[in-house]
Amino acid sequence: MSSDIYKVELINIFEGPMDLLIHLIRKNEVNIYEIPISQITDRYLEYIEWMKSMNVDIAGDFLVMAATLIQIKSRMLLPVHDDSDEKDPSLEITKPLLEYLYIKSAAGALSKREFLGEHTFIRPQVKTHSPGDPLHDHEIRVDLFELFLAFERILEKLPSDISIELSAEKTSVYDRMAEIISLLSEKKTLSFYELVCSYPVKSQIIISFLAILEIVKNNKAVLIQNTDTGIIRLFLNERDHA
Amino acid sequence: MKEIMPELKYIIETLLFVSYEPLTLEKMKSALQSFDLSAIKEAIHELKNEYDNLEKGIYLVEVAGGYQLRTRPEYADWIRKLIQPPIQRLGQAALETLAIIAYKQPVLRSDIEYIRGVDSSSIIRMLLARKLIKITGRKDIPGRPLVYGTTRVFLETFGLKDIKDLPVSRDISDLGKPVSPETSGVDEFVKE
Repeated sequence: MSSDIYKVELINIFEGPMDLLIHLIRKNEVNIYEIPISQITDRYLEYIEWMKSMNVDIAGDFLVMAATLIQIKSRMLLPVHDDSDEKDPSLEITKPLLEYLYIKSAAGALSKREFLGEHTFIRPQVKTHSPGDPLHDHEIRVDLFELFLAFERILEKLPSDISIELSAEKTSVYDRMAEIISLLSEKKTLSFYELVCSYPVKSQIIISFLAILEIVKNNKAVLIQNTDTGIIRLFLNERDHA
Repeated sequence: MKEIMPELKYIIETLLFVSYEPLTLEKMKSALQSFDLSAIKEAIHELKNEYDNLEKGIYLVEVAGGYQLRTRPEYADWIRKLIQPPIQRLGQAALETLAIIAYKQPVLRSDIEYIRGVDSSSIIRMLLARKLIKITGRKDIPGRPLVYGTTRVFLETFGLKDIKDLPVSRDISDLGKPVSPETSGVDEFVKE
């Protein structure tokens, strides 16, 4: 029973080998720039043994660190020649440790900030449209017939028989959908024409067209036509996206 | 009712009130064409001071490249009684991973795992799903690994003006060199 309780705690305390090493360094009150490798390695191995006896599955990461420590320890036992420019082997562990400590303190600093939705709040987001956005009363949602007319016009404009397809380039409708959605997330709106004609090859135009239909069907975006200009534009459906 | 003469700072206040996301100076300017930029900046400053001096429940913050009205942290408990927080707090492992991405971006998964010493793929997936990080591209080395960076949502969530506004701004790649304990940010662990 009691070992079960220990197990849970162990996993929570040490996220990984770095965490354990920092714990040992602090517990033994040693200077991080002068780690007594031998002492720390012993403590580390003792801990791993203890974890084993507690039936904790030891992740490979913990063993890699143990091997690194032992390797550094053995190199420190070798005599050092005065003229060699070899650095103190313990630095190999000091450097990543310092980096990890820095990240830990940065994470701590982040967690102390006013977290949106926890410490500070904003008004619930209701999407509004500013006058610059072409989403207004005088615009209507485009119907299917208009869409096909637009598609036909684009196909008519295609230079026929000029381009020769050499490779069977395979762009799936799904790839194109993902591409359009990421473009939309960035720009919020794109014209139907620029989307469909970005690759002026018949197969690509069809793929783009199908992708747009699929996106609109999945409510990821809406197609809107301006009654004055007749331009059809695709708008990201923010409510769905949020 | 008394007639009110519109004042620039209160015009800005209304714009902030109706804004969906942090309002940038640019967008503000597009609504305030008859005013020049320095007057707008000055009015924002006045408005900010007014909120601070009156110690109201709401205050004006500069965040993610724009301005936003937010509730003061002191009132969070009452708000949470009214509404469910839409965002859940991040755990230690997620914060560490996010800190690495924020400070070292553009960064690879292998960089993150080197620093943390543990597999971080599931945490990265969670951070991606919460839109705190994004894929910024691929690195041109064998395997073309994905490169990660933080998003505007990250700045908004932590109330940061921009990425340079991160809490401890010292370049962490310097850490290999011996540093004086005062500036190391890790002084509490350094025992003489």
